[in-house]
Amino acid sequence: MSIKGKAYIAGIYEHPTRLAKDISLAQIHAQCAKGALEDAGLTKDDVDGYFCAGDAPGLGPMSMVEYMGLKVRHVDSTDTGGSSYVLHVGHAAEAIASGKCKVALITLAGRPRAEGMATGTVPRSRGGTPTPDDPFEFPYGPTVVNMYANCAMRHMYEFGTTSEQLAWIKVAASHHAQYNPHALLKDVVTVEEVVNSPMISDPLHRLDCCVITDGGGAIVVVAPEIAANLKRPKVKLLGASEFIKTQMGGKVDLTYSGARFTGAAAFAEAGVKPSDMKYASIYDSFTITVLMQLEDLGFCEKGKGGAFVADGNLISGIGKLPFNTDGGGLCNNHPANRGGLTKVLEAVRQLRGEAHPKVQVKNCDLAIAHGTGGSLGLRHGSATVILERE
Amino acid sequence: MAETKERKLPPPAVSEETQAYWDAAGKGKLLVRKCTSCGQAHHYPRTICPFCFSDKTEWVEASGKGTIYSYSVMRRAPVPYAIGYVTLAEGPRMLTNIVDCDLDKLKCDQAVTVVFKPTDGGPPLPMFTPA
Repeated sequence: MSIKGKAYIAGIYEHPTRLAKDISLAQIHAQCAKGALEDAGLTKDDVDGYFCAGDAPGLGPMSMVEYMGLKVRHVDSTDTGGSSYVLHVGHAAEAIASGKCKVALITLAGRPRAEGMATGTVPRSRGGTPTPDDPFEFPYGPTVVNMYANCAMRHMYEFGTTSEQLAWIKVAASHHAQYNPHALLKDVVTVEEVVNSPMISDPLHRLDCCVITDGGGAIVVVAPEIAANLKRPKVKLLGASEFIKTQMGGKVDLTYSGARFTGAAAFAEAGVKPSDMKYASIYDSFTITVLMQLEDLGFCEKGKGGAFVADGNLISGIGKLPFNTDGGGLCNNHPANRGGLTKVLEAVRQLRGEAHPKVQVKNCDLAIAHGTGGSLGLRHGSATVILERE
Repeated sequence: MAETKERKLPPPAVSEETQAYWDAAGKGKLLVRKCTSCGQAHHYPRTICPFCFSDKTEWVEASGKGTIYSYSVMRRAPVPYAIGYVTLAEGPRMLTNIVDCDLDKLKCDQAVTVVFKPTDGGPPLPMFTPA
């Protein structure tokens, strides 16, 4: 069974806050849910499936279903870090296709800024019963940034990728963010500014890293017969795929990500290819994340990502592959340190023709949203969806 | 020399499955887990081989020699440190720190050799230094 054409994204919402000092975690989840349902033209009582990940309070679905007063017959709290919500879109389509629900609500929220969380630069042990990897990793001080940096270092060594090429990814994101009134960072930056920003973990500079923001978002995925009766533009799911890439028992290969597998599978299910994509939402926790995923998804050859992203090729209206036109995680928003949901949101805006006019891609009928969650250098979840404007 | 101060190292959370690995580290020996069915060594160590799922695995002492696969010098830390993967002569790549050297002069594929560094109340950690 394929999920092609079996589900539509009917509602989306991105919380405008980037610093949530006076709102609770559950409150942000619910505000996002309300926003996405209103966007779709649906109500809380239409929801019969609920999806969330590790950012939700308490026991995830149980806590949030109660808080929001939902009555659902299908739940899924699969957690693959920041890629969870891209994966949830695929899982929602599976549930809808098999008759388990008709209106699936996906929410994300977090307050890492308000809570003063040391994001990305401090090693974290999970506590409790340690994961089997913990004693062989945690004492060495792996952090989010230094493990992504390991990927960048090897990429540079094997393929000759440069810091200037990586910087172009941030430059493109900043060009888009200037038009987003909610973006945390709205200033356009140059390649020189990126490579001259302080080194955080070689070879990644401060401006190679995404923002840290509070906030959240929500997505409503519905069955075709529900979508047919709604007034919003119809965004159809054509393909979805997920993968967990690991250290492979010590056969560590930092030159590629799980996108190698999810891209191929999602494109095959959709019956389209990378060159058909008018717009791409690509997970951008760091500049290297984008570069590796573009290669792995098939937008260019492995090792040629540096040349592909250079010279503004990712800038809408200038380059061949407009990406992250909301400013992405690099400039706009990375709520809860999990950027997958916002990737889906901007792809839907583009397909609806509702992106900012300065970054809207003309005749945008096919788009990809891809997420990476966890650590590109240790183990990560990848998820891809291919979406079409009907 | 970027590394001038010693880092305080947290102890590894030793489990029943890998007690022998840490006991050996205490004696200055690096062990790897090897499968007698498929003949491959893996890391981190498990009793069931992650390649062929055989339970015929055993500890073997590693030579302690390897090369740096990749690394990064973490600057945003009280004491900067190099974290990376070393490809052991026995095959597996292990996450580790590169120590006792000028962190600004490290290179991928550089030859390294094992050293053991004390932790705060636990067994020592195998780390690597330029050979």
